[in-house]
Amino acid sequence: MFEQLSSRMSRVFEGLSRGGKLSEADVSEAMREVRLAMLEADVALPVVRSFVAKVKEKAVGEKILEGVSPGQAVAKIVNDALIESLGGAGVAPLNMAASAPVPLLMVGLQGAGKTTTAGKLALRLAGRERKKILLASLDVQRPAAQLQLQQLAQQAALLTEGRVASLPIIAGQQPVEIAQRALEAARREGFDVVILDTAGRLAIDEALMNEVREVRDVSRPAETLLVVDAMTGQDAVNTAQAFKDQIGISGVVMSRMDGDARGGAALSMKAVTGAPIKFTGSGEKLDALEEFHPERVAGRILGLGDIAGLVEKA
Amino acid sequence: MAGFFSRLKAGLSRSNARLNAIFVKRMLDEETLEELEDELIAADLGPAVAERIIEQFRDTSFGQDVTSDEIKDTLAREIAKVLEPVAVPFTPDPARKPHVVLVVGVNGTGKTTTIGKMAHYYRQEGKSVMMVAGDTFRAAAVEQLQIWGERVNAPVIASKTGADAAGLVYDGLKRATEEKADLLLIDTAGRLHNKSALMEELAKIIRVMRKFDDSAPHSVLLVLDATTGQNAIEQVRVFRELVDVTGLVVTKLDGSARGGIVIALAEQFKLPVHLVGVGEKAEDLRPFSADEFSRGLLG
Ligand SMILES: Nc1nc2c(ncn2[C@@H]2O[C@H](COP(=O)(O)OP(=O)(O)OP(=O)(O)O)[C@@H](O)[C@H]2O)c(=O)[nH]1
Ligand SMILES: Nc1nc2c(ncn2[C@@H]2O[C@H](COP(=O)(O)OP(=O)(O)OP(=O)(O)O)[C@@H](O)[C@H]2O)c(=O)[nH]1
Ligand SMILES: [Mg+2]
Ligand SMILES: [Mg+2]
Repeated sequence: MFEQLSSRMSRVFEGLSRGGKLSEADVSEAMREVRLAMLEADVALPVVRSFVAKVKEKAVGEKILEGVSPGQAVAKIVNDALIESLGGAGVAPLNMAASAPVPLLMVGLQGAGKTTTAGKLALRLAGRERKKILLASLDVQRPAAQLQLQQLAQQAALLTEGRVASLPIIAGQQPVEIAQRALEAARREGFDVVILDTAGRLAIDEALMNEVREVRDVSRPAETLLVVDAMTGQDAVNTAQAFKDQIGISGVVMSRMDGDARGGAALSMKAVTGAPIKFTGSGEKLDALEEFHPERVAGRILGLGDIAGLVEKA
Repeated sequence: MAGFFSRLKAGLSRSNARLNAIFVKRMLDEETLEELEDELIAADLGPAVAERIIEQFRDTSFGQDVTSDEIKDTLAREIAKVLEPVAVPFTPDPARKPHVVLVVGVNGTGKTTTIGKMAHYYRQEGKSVMMVAGDTFRAAAVEQLQIWGERVNAPVIASKTGADAAGLVYDGLKRATEEKADLLLIDTAGRLHNKSALMEELAKIIRVMRKFDDSAPHSVLLVLDATTGQNAIEQVRVFRELVDVTGLVVTKLDGSARGGIVIALAEQFKLPVHLVGVGEKAEDLRPFSADEFSRGLLG
């Protein structure tokens, strides 16, 4: 599929007529392929529409520089716009500008990768930044969810000279109470960061959305991170909108980027929430967390492994 | 079944509102067709499949004076036609003691939960069910299945995290055979299809199990998450090549995702879709119905 799209796009780009300026017809033809590539990459339809309209407006009438083919010129405009829409060059760091213990809240759909990502963040902060991290599971829904986080905390502790711990589990306690207990324990025991993992919830589940809002209100997180599976399809916009409206999102983590999904959900997430994508997950192990690089994901979404090459000439 | 449909409905109400706005028109014109096509794309059918379905629909119904309900009905029926051949109930073979089911899929799709739900269903039918906690990798995966075992009152064969999954499965199959269980449900660790070492491990589980019973596994169920987009096609393609998948389960249909990728899968692979997951509780499992699914897709 990658090669197919790649060559189809290059063909369209190569076929653009030579001349001083990009014509409306040239750009429209190219944009049809861009639209298709983006839909096949799971970018949500409304997001594709506005992206294509924006790029078209930018491209039509654009002067083509000496020695550059019209195809290269359009490819560069598309690529630049995509990087820009994904958050622009450079990485968005975690906001730690709060007094210790800094609360971080993990939210998302069922099975998205919240608990694993909580463990990964703990390892990262305790390892590189030598901070003391308390992990607390507020998941009283999924069987053995609290135990899962506890075991991840133990793994992270072994790798960081004990700088990661998990809140002792008290059976029967409810999420808001657990959050309060976590904050108190973190304050008392001198933790720098407390990561609150929550149960997976559907965007349409009002009771559970209310509950996590309460958790947010008692914990006042410095970051509310929405964890999203890179394989997510068109529904990404509904998820993003609901979590944004009902809880408020400060950052996004895309999990399972080690798969071969094209990852169009990243663009949908950014477009709808406006929140930066802060990290990507690239495996099941605790060290498989990377900073987000828009330029790498842009090529992946367009299905153009060689767009960098194509663009370099422009 | 009423529950399934109303839950789907609840999830779809927002998109329905949009779709209903389309359907107040009385003539099936170009513009309506285009909006319908967009609606199918937004349900994850993929641009190519959506276009093809709309083309067929145009051939049968274009230009006719039709009510909004008729348009919906006809299109839903068109889609149901694609799905009917794959809407095959899951039926364990009563002659097998046990009927061995291997459950596979990428991470977090709902494998373990589906096993718990299936165990619950067949326990209620009066069958003896055993489970194997074959995910010896992920933190607390064993305990997760053990809790399901307590919930539905069925034994779980397990070893410690880090143990060899294939050896454990062998032991589980041996025990279930000795105890003449009706059904043996084997959980496996989530794995991405593009990781060949992990996929090879799955092939090994099957090889080792066949040393005990060369007819096993009798079913290999691939669990797909309804929120998944076009990548589901690659998942099915690769898993099917490596472990001879016999059927699909689609989970999380209680959410706002409509799982339209199932239509693309039905066209391309013709694999049975046995069951759908509509929640996190033991009873939230339903047979796959082409008709209800298609109507859920369109509202
Ligand atoms: N390959 C891969 N697997 C991942 C990644 N992140 C998480 N996983 C796996 O995805 C599965 C689900 O992860 P969890 O962390 O349990 O997801 P969750 O969002 O906490 O799930 P719930 O609490 O049930 O809603 C597990 O098998 C993880 O090992 C990733 O970046 N890559
Ligand atoms: N809403 C909803 N949630 C579901 C459904 N099926 C499973 N889940 C939830 O999805 C999450 C992941 O389910 P698991 O059964 O742990 O998934 P898995 O495939 O075994 O995950 P790994 O073993 O980590 O790969 C859990 O929070 C489940 O409760 C469903 O049909 N609807
Ligand atoms: Mg979790
Ligand atoms: Mg599992």
